[in-house]
Amino acid sequence: MKTLVWVEHDNTSVKDATLAVVTAASQLGEVHLVVAGSGCAAVADEAAKIAGVGKVHLADSPAYENALAENVAPLIVELMGHHDAFVAPATSNGKNIAPRVAALLDVVQVSEILSVESANTFTRPIYAGNAIATVQAPAGKLVLTVRGTAFVKAERTGGNGTVEAVGGAGDAGLSSFVGAEISKSERPELTSAKIIVSGGRALQNSENFHTLIEPLADKLGAGVGASRAAVDAGYVPNDYQVGQTGKIVAPEIYIAVGISGAIQHLAGMKDSKVIIAINKDEDAPIFQVADVGLVGDLFKIVPELTGKL
Amino acid sequence: MKVLVPVKRVIDYNVKPRVKMDGTGVDLANVKMSMNPFDEIAVEEAIRLKEKGVATEIIAVSIGVQKAQETLRTALAMGADRAILVLTEDDAEPLAVAKILKGIVDEEQPGLVILGKQAIDDDSNQTGQMLAALLGRPQGTFASKVEVAGDTVTVTREVDGGLETVALKTPAIVTTDLRLNEPRYASLPNIMKAKSKPLANKTPADYGVDTAPRLKTLKVEEPAKRQAGVKVADVDELIGKLKVLGVVA
Repeated sequence: MKTLVWVEHDNTSVKDATLAVVTAASQLGEVHLVVAGSGCAAVADEAAKIAGVGKVHLADSPAYENALAENVAPLIVELMGHHDAFVAPATSNGKNIAPRVAALLDVVQVSEILSVESANTFTRPIYAGNAIATVQAPAGKLVLTVRGTAFVKAERTGGNGTVEAVGGAGDAGLSSFVGAEISKSERPELTSAKIIVSGGRALQNSENFHTLIEPLADKLGAGVGASRAAVDAGYVPNDYQVGQTGKIVAPEIYIAVGISGAIQHLAGMKDSKVIIAINKDEDAPIFQVADVGLVGDLFKIVPELTGKL
Repeated sequence: MKVLVPVKRVIDYNVKPRVKMDGTGVDLANVKMSMNPFDEIAVEEAIRLKEKGVATEIIAVSIGVQKAQETLRTALAMGADRAILVLTEDDAEPLAVAKILKGIVDEEQPGLVILGKQAIDDDSNQTGQMLAALLGRPQGTFASKVEVAGDTVTVTREVDGGLETVALKTPAIVTTDLRLNEPRYASLPNIMKAKSKPLANKTPADYGVDTAPRLKTLKVEEPAKRQAGVKVADVDELIGKLKVLGVVA
């Protein structure tokens, strides 16, 4: 089987999200990549070095700069003429583009796969991760998105792929990019951080997030996350949200501060290797999944912890 | 302009789903069902567009069993003008739903279709994008802000790195994220009034669509359970644990 993997990038470098997808695709067959962007030749060269990668299709055009689904999907459909499976990360780009590709190919999509059981059988979470379904796709082309935390990352080196330029139809004339407010942070990205410190509604306000959660995270070299309640209350921006409808994370260590542990939040972090919970309510559901729990007032505990580390 | 709002009847947000003993699915017998929360946000957004004078008519549509009529009545009670129920006993997949919706869009010619970004049962996150593809129209997914001016709809999207704004030519498809709005509750007089609003009954065959699932579900299982660990008494003990785990030296 020949697979076509969507390379997640920022027109400068390959993002980590790509690497787990390469692993998933390699379980299906040959791994080819598509790099769609603008001025992104360096991304294609970098992608070609990922272990196990064959051909890298480079579509370099201003029309692909911001990965608008209306422009990118026809390009993928064209490349799918000689590939059997389109495999994308379950990132906001992957989720935006893959279903558009699937519908144009008239095939069903299997979303957020957790494992490849065979060439047409996959497991995936349903009901916010409260159930795991094993599903079998019909004969024909496959369109999959991959949950990044469920597969090991392919090595960034050791590959010897070849880069081939492709054209594509360019601008579909349906949509245009206006702008972005991308959070700038020196801290590790949530989906690739080894340690994450997350805060919940108990933090009470944005100020406390800055003065309590962030210093602890910085002491540990950790990424900063939040529960949906904290995001909805405006303590932190939306891209901090960990949960079924936010980011799915699985760091080595996840420290939940003042997070009660709603199903929705647990769905986004319960695959973390070690979970540490700090909460004043000893009956909070978060303690049912935590490896280490400390019951008490976060306003006392967190500064003490940060101070002693 | 008309706004079409597809809504799905799903397990209520507050109910913990239980996997059936025989591994065929999730037990929905005698379980409270409600409108998919993301679709509620879609209905609310359509109503706000009507209140601003942008939308002229709101059509709610649901594809599912007879009881999905209740979900449509909820949409009507919130403020939708009329409803279409496309009756099927099949668990229609996103692609089939998108094909039926395309048939309805072709008939009704709405300027906007607003729908939830995903349903909380199958968590597919596909239908809006697929509908946009089938119609050859633009898509503004995971919207946290929607503004219509002339024949352009400007959508702010919640993306991995933060927010992104795109401008789409109408007709366009918008899928809602959590923070687009807070849906209203239907008032009692409006619930009564909704009972007399028009609701048309259709079938997938009316749109030439076969809703038989293409994906075969082999089994449904509970996820591996995490064991609760230990509680520590104080910060020093916590740091001791962190040392054992190698987090701190």
